[in-house]
Amino acid sequence: MAVETLPARTPVRPAPTRSGPTPRWRSKETLAAWLFILPSLIGFLVFTAGPVVAAGVISLLNWNLFSSPTFAGLKNFARLGPDPTFWSALGNTVYFTFVSVPLTILVSLALALLLNQGLRRIAVFRSLLLLPYATITVAVAFVWIWLYIPQDGLVNAVLGWFGISGPAWLISDDWAMPALIAMSVWKSFGFGMVVFLAGLQAIPQQLYEAAKVDGSSAWQTFRSVTLPMLSPSLFFVVVTSIIGSFQVFDQALIMTNGGPGSRTTTLVMYIYRTGFENYDQGYAAAQSLVLFGFIVVITAAQFVLQRRLVHYDN
Amino acid sequence: MTRKLVVFACFVVTAVTLVPVVMMVLVAFQSDAESMAAQPSFWPGSWHPENLTRAFELVPLGRYLLNTIIFAAGTTLLETVTAALAAYAFARLDFPGRTWLFGIYLATLMIPSQVTLIPQFVLVAKLQGIDTWPGMILPHAFTALGVFLLRQFFLGIPRDYEEAARLDGANRWQAFVRVIVPLAVPAIATLAVFKFIGQWNNLLWPLVISNSDSTRTAAVGLQVFQDTNGTQWNLLLMAATITTVPLIVLFFLTQRWFVRGITMSGLGGR
Repeated sequence: MAVETLPARTPVRPAPTRSGPTPRWRSKETLAAWLFILPSLIGFLVFTAGPVVAAGVISLLNWNLFSSPTFAGLKNFARLGPDPTFWSALGNTVYFTFVSVPLTILVSLALALLLNQGLRRIAVFRSLLLLPYATITVAVAFVWIWLYIPQDGLVNAVLGWFGISGPAWLISDDWAMPALIAMSVWKSFGFGMVVFLAGLQAIPQQLYEAAKVDGSSAWQTFRSVTLPMLSPSLFFVVVTSIIGSFQVFDQALIMTNGGPGSRTTTLVMYIYRTGFENYDQGYAAAQSLVLFGFIVVITAAQFVLQRRLVHYDN
Repeated sequence: MTRKLVVFACFVVTAVTLVPVVMMVLVAFQSDAESMAAQPSFWPGSWHPENLTRAFELVPLGRYLLNTIIFAAGTTLLETVTAALAAYAFARLDFPGRTWLFGIYLATLMIPSQVTLIPQFVLVAKLQGIDTWPGMILPHAFTALGVFLLRQFFLGIPRDYEEAARLDGANRWQAFVRVIVPLAVPAIATLAVFKFIGQWNNLLWPLVISNSDSTRTAAVGLQVFQDTNGTQWNLLLMAATITTVPLIVLFFLTQRWFVRGITMSGLGGR
């Protein structure tokens, strides 16, 4: 997100009711500012900034929460290398992200384009299509378990109409992850759809008229007008979706509990297990910092790409 | 595409999208035998509205819902009030250190909540806050995102409005409460709706911090439901429906703000 440059400084002037010297007024403004910020700042320091620093410290400890911690150095990070569950959790998370994000983007973009075809009742369709986004992941995860029931669950019943005999989705080595991905795309496409709709509606109509005059085909117009003009929204949705996908937890916990085997164990689930089932807080903190590292690297890479691919009309 | 085709496509896509939500409600009203039959049926053979009360009797669902409301409303209220105050100072007041302090706030935006999960848990445990309301609410009541969003909005409010109030003798606090806050109601409401829905959905934090019915939220409670009752699908999905419906109602009542909020954040890249 682009951060606006800070506004011009408030013109320094004496308070209307007082004719004190300038520095006095300024110190009063400073005091007022700190009073306004204080409630948020205390909470922020205690519950966000402090814990981030503490995560770094905890990652250097052997600690099960109950006994007193001992210093472990970088041992927790070294444990990651030979830990097959960590690598499969990382692999699963990457698999989930790199399939679900493009799919979500495609579905939301297609629906936004559809809704943007000069539809009169657009608000009704938009709200109904946004409904999955406004449901609770845990609750709808249970419905999806039911839809995925191997014998005659709705999904396999529908596949049966086309002569396909569907797999035992959530307990299948190969299909458990795609099943989670399908549910996640369903749950989250609404967000991207709304962002794209806003982006589409901000594209000046003249550009389309100009393309028409030039005799562009629908595909050419999409390539040369819609896509570049939409690229800032696209960039935003890609970045937020990837960050969100790296943190997937709820649906995997409910629908597959990480199984079969560890086929759908995601990084966050592994962090949760390590910290709150095995009480290995130091190791869990080390894992969470690695997750953070991945998010930073991927986000930074996207911002580098953004400079080449995203069109901003300033 | 012709208009009729567009409308038809919209109907089909919407219908397919809503299938899981409709199924959740339909199965919730089926009989025990029907919902657990080897061959699930989609339309209830007979309707059982008493499932509604049975779900409340099987687990303390009412208590869980009340807990969810306390948790979501508590975090939302604290977040919006403190974020609005801080955002005002960052947007409008001049003080030494403003730039770097705001920089620190911004820097934490990208940190996944899992990084702070363990230290927050340790902190709450040390303060004897496990299974208490302060322990549930406080760690999730202050985020940089709220400050960031509201500051962006406050920057867009013309300075003249506030200056006029100040010339009329209003102090900073009065200018904030009487001029800025009323103008910022849409932004504050957007933040509140986002926060409320996010926390109603929150599973991980209540899962680690609440360990009895006195603070357990509905998202966590649904899991207990599954553990204790296997696959009694009608009651499980009735509970899921009961947990989801308040959110859907809230969503429909506030969706103008919700959509505007998504749009606002979506255009943040421009």
